[in-house]
Amino acid sequence: MISAHRLTKRFGGFTAVDSIDVEVRRGEAFGFLGPNGAGKSSTMRMIGCVSPPSDGSLRILGLDPARDGPAIRARLGVVPQRDTLDEELTVRENILVYGRYFGLSRAHVRAKADELLEFAQLTDRADSVVEPLSGGMKRRLTIARSLVNDPELLLLDEPTTGLDPQARHVLWDRLFRLKRSGVTLVLTTHYMDEAEQLCDRLVVMDGGRIVAEGSPRELIALHATREVLELRFAADDHAPYAAKLTDLAQRVEVLPDRLLLYTDDGDATAAAVQRRGLAPLSVLARRSTLEDVFLHLTGRTLVD
Amino acid sequence: MSAVAAVARALPIPAGAGLARALIERNARAFRHGWITLVSGVFEPIFYLFSLGVGLGALIGDVDAGGGRMVEYAAYVAPAMMAAAAMNGAVFDSTFNLFFKLKYAKLYDSVLATPLGPRDVAVGEIGWALLRGLLYSTTFLVVAAAAGVVHSWWSLLALPAASLIGLAFAAVGMSVTTYLRSWQDFDYIQLALLPMFLFSATFYPLSTYDESIRWIVQATPLYHGVAMIRDLMLGDVAWGILAHVAYLAVMGVVGLLFAAHRIERLLLR
Repeated sequence: MISAHRLTKRFGGFTAVDSIDVEVRRGEAFGFLGPNGAGKSSTMRMIGCVSPPSDGSLRILGLDPARDGPAIRARLGVVPQRDTLDEELTVRENILVYGRYFGLSRAHVRAKADELLEFAQLTDRADSVVEPLSGGMKRRLTIARSLVNDPELLLLDEPTTGLDPQARHVLWDRLFRLKRSGVTLVLTTHYMDEAEQLCDRLVVMDGGRIVAEGSPRELIALHATREVLELRFAADDHAPYAAKLTDLAQRVEVLPDRLLLYTDDGDATAAAVQRRGLAPLSVLARRSTLEDVFLHLTGRTLVD
Repeated sequence: MSAVAAVARALPIPAGAGLARALIERNARAFRHGWITLVSGVFEPIFYLFSLGVGLGALIGDVDAGGGRMVEYAAYVAPAMMAAAAMNGAVFDSTFNLFFKLKYAKLYDSVLATPLGPRDVAVGEIGWALLRGLLYSTTFLVVAAAAGVVHSWWSLLALPAASLIGLAFAAVGMSVTTYLRSWQDFDYIQLALLPMFLFSATFYPLSTYDESIRWIVQATPLYHGVAMIRDLMLGDVAWGILAHVAYLAVMGVVGLLFAAHRIERLLLR
């Protein structure tokens, strides 16, 4: 579906995407993970044929975006990071008009609009204007709108950012259904739970480069241990405790308020800590998540 | 089709999918929710016609419409009002409305994610401005005819002529809008429009000016618009009118291509 080789995007002297290789296969859900400014959105815009690559090669659906932009876009669905709904139109009209941008017949988009309003659970708001809708409703409408041309490939840029937990779960459910019906999903996110829920395969981007690649399971296996033990001590500085525990775990990370011990058996390690006579205020053994991988790979420093 | 596509690629014409009509349809739908803007566009030239043409015209009497032919002032000024209204309508649509869609509504960000390209955006928006303009100029012509200031069947050609004025100004207006940064910048547009409205041989003949400055007036686009429509409405048609047509047509086509190019530069980075 997507084949990028040494794909690069520069804005003046700034390199937003630095020579990345990506292959996305038909029917899979593929994720771009990374902190803000990692180059995810720039990559998505190039795939969406609205931003010409500065260097490298890019093929989408077997076509070249520079030559066949309109033909490719006709087969894509795009959900941008920020909702760009048409506020001068009603909910239904947003879908109707968007369908007409694809050159679809009026009769076809009318039928399609009813179906999509149902899918997005917006049927009873069909004739409302867009402005008073909740964030979740607007997001669902944006997704419904992006499906009007029955896309083979759906691009979602941070689909659930800014939504409450209920709205996120509704959206995930809709995206699952789309994937089951054969639509290829490509999404960016910085929510680890979202990536674990939705993605078959993903890449982690940082500073415009790909720093890791694989399924969520593979990445956890490769870049983290099976479990993580979190210890909190009654001290302002946790570093001295870390020094006493380094041999108990494969890796020990010092945070301002706690220690993270990367280990294959959290409970056994917790017992070993107790045996050393150290008494943490709290002990939590949990499974590793993609978040551990992510923070390990992209660092804990705040990036903006 | 592929030959056309090949030519389009060879020329510096920004890409499009030939779907500009979809954008016109979008604007028509949006317009149904805000039809009040229509009313002001209809009445503006009519108010001018009655205030200046009929009211002030009673004091002025007849004027020399060129070649020693005398017409009543209302018949003299009516074509100028039609031309100026075509200019104002086109500029309003392609500056204020476009700026809002470009910067705030982010309309074209979603439009360009579909097969539509920057050329479709330029053609669609300008096409819509022309359709609205046609509605305004038609109402104006009907009212002017009813008021008895239309003297020639050539006047019917004033309708496409007004659309040509609209094309020229909408295309340039759209290009200018892509450079504007804030609402304050719109004062520059007013600064260009108002003197054109007042001094383009709109209210009095070009011969009023001293020989040495006539060329400045003749260089401005509204002068050509006014002269063209005045020739038609007074039935004074000669080959010379084609110079006005050519001036405005070139301005329109160059402006449109440039506007599409600017949309591409701004949004497809």
